[in-house]
Amino acid sequence: MSPEINLEKAFQDRIDKGEKIEPKDWMPEKYRKTHIRQISQHAHSEVVGMLPEGNWITRAPSLKRKCALLAKVQDEAGHGLYLYSAAETLGISRDEMIEQLHSGKAKYSSIFNYPTLSWADMGAIGWLVDGAAIINQVMLTRTSFGPYARAMVRICKEESFHQRQGYEIMMVLASGTPEQKEMAQDALNRFWWPSMMMFGPRDEESTNSELSMKWKIKRKSNDELRQQFVDNSVPQAEYLGLTIPDPDLKWNEERGHYDFGDIDWNEFWQVVKGDGPCNKERMEARQNAWDNGKWVRDAAMAYAEKQSKSKSIAV
Amino acid sequence: MSDNNNQWPLWEIFIRSKNGLEHRHVGSLHAADAEMAIENARDVYTRRMEGVSLWVVESKDITASNPENMGELFEPAIDKVYRHPTFYDVPDEIKHM
Ligand SMILES: [Fe+2]
Ligand SMILES: [Fe+2]
Repeated sequence: MSPEINLEKAFQDRIDKGEKIEPKDWMPEKYRKTHIRQISQHAHSEVVGMLPEGNWITRAPSLKRKCALLAKVQDEAGHGLYLYSAAETLGISRDEMIEQLHSGKAKYSSIFNYPTLSWADMGAIGWLVDGAAIINQVMLTRTSFGPYARAMVRICKEESFHQRQGYEIMMVLASGTPEQKEMAQDALNRFWWPSMMMFGPRDEESTNSELSMKWKIKRKSNDELRQQFVDNSVPQAEYLGLTIPDPDLKWNEERGHYDFGDIDWNEFWQVVKGDGPCNKERMEARQNAWDNGKWVRDAAMAYAEKQSKSKSIAV
Repeated sequence: MSDNNNQWPLWEIFIRSKNGLEHRHVGSLHAADAEMAIENARDVYTRRMEGVSLWVVESKDITASNPENMGELFEPAIDKVYRHPTFYDVPDEIKHM
């Protein structure tokens, strides 16, 4: 065996034994690249994910809801930062990741390319979008790359509040006036299918799945995770007295799971490829934040340099 | 990889979760200087009372052992079982030991 193959085998043995891989350990180049891609895209999703909810902070219906939404959006900024620093341990710089986001080379979760049209959307997002994210992220707490797994543990501790505050918003609306209940139903109608798409393509069409499983990046397939989401959500919707917009949704006694209808994969690919309702708007907002913040970054750096110079003169 | 020199330096963040416990590494972040690193660490890592004290260290100032030297560094301890109390046979009726 060539030395490279030996290393690969030893690496795989470590993964199979359930050992974590740390940044300075030897790893196949593909493992490094895959992680840089996945972790940075996860980070971008957290950051872009602030935009649809940020849209409602100033219009929250009460101080309590405003505090909760602000805290949630701030958490998402934190999640982005945990993940960017996990990706940086693999040798990519923060600036390079941000460049990749702005140029469109790096993707982020398509769910954030849908607009938030009413206050009820804050409920639906917390309940469904964070709910779907939690299912994925709980699995990732056991992923093989140490810094990614640790970031996930931290994130999962914070996510539960996100989902519960969203569900509570839905509960209040669903038990309110007929108009309020209608708002909640409308938000569910619009966010159900995009949330289902968050788990990615069907297993047979998911190109990275096999390697992800072998390297224990993922431990469950897209379809398994999606099924779990459906099974969790149906009783939650029933409790609210709302209807999930899927005529094929039905309990399957034999499988012990809910059957559900087909996802519109054309819509999925269209949004992934950049033609969703808000792709342009989201990227513009990120690009503007970056450009308009430049003078702040530069000024802070200039100040720090000046301080350290005057310190070294004083010594 | 990128050669953008104007990027804020990277800092490693350590938190003491409560008095009596040691500071523990929690992650890293970018900041222009130490003061800003502490302020940012407060916002990023202690939004829910996770800490009572913070240490920030510029990442470039940390020297880490190389995983390839793991053997020579740590293996010598493996065969020194006589450093553990269970290595010594003491009858059960001997108390307080
Ligand atoms: Fe998050
Ligand atoms: Fe969240």
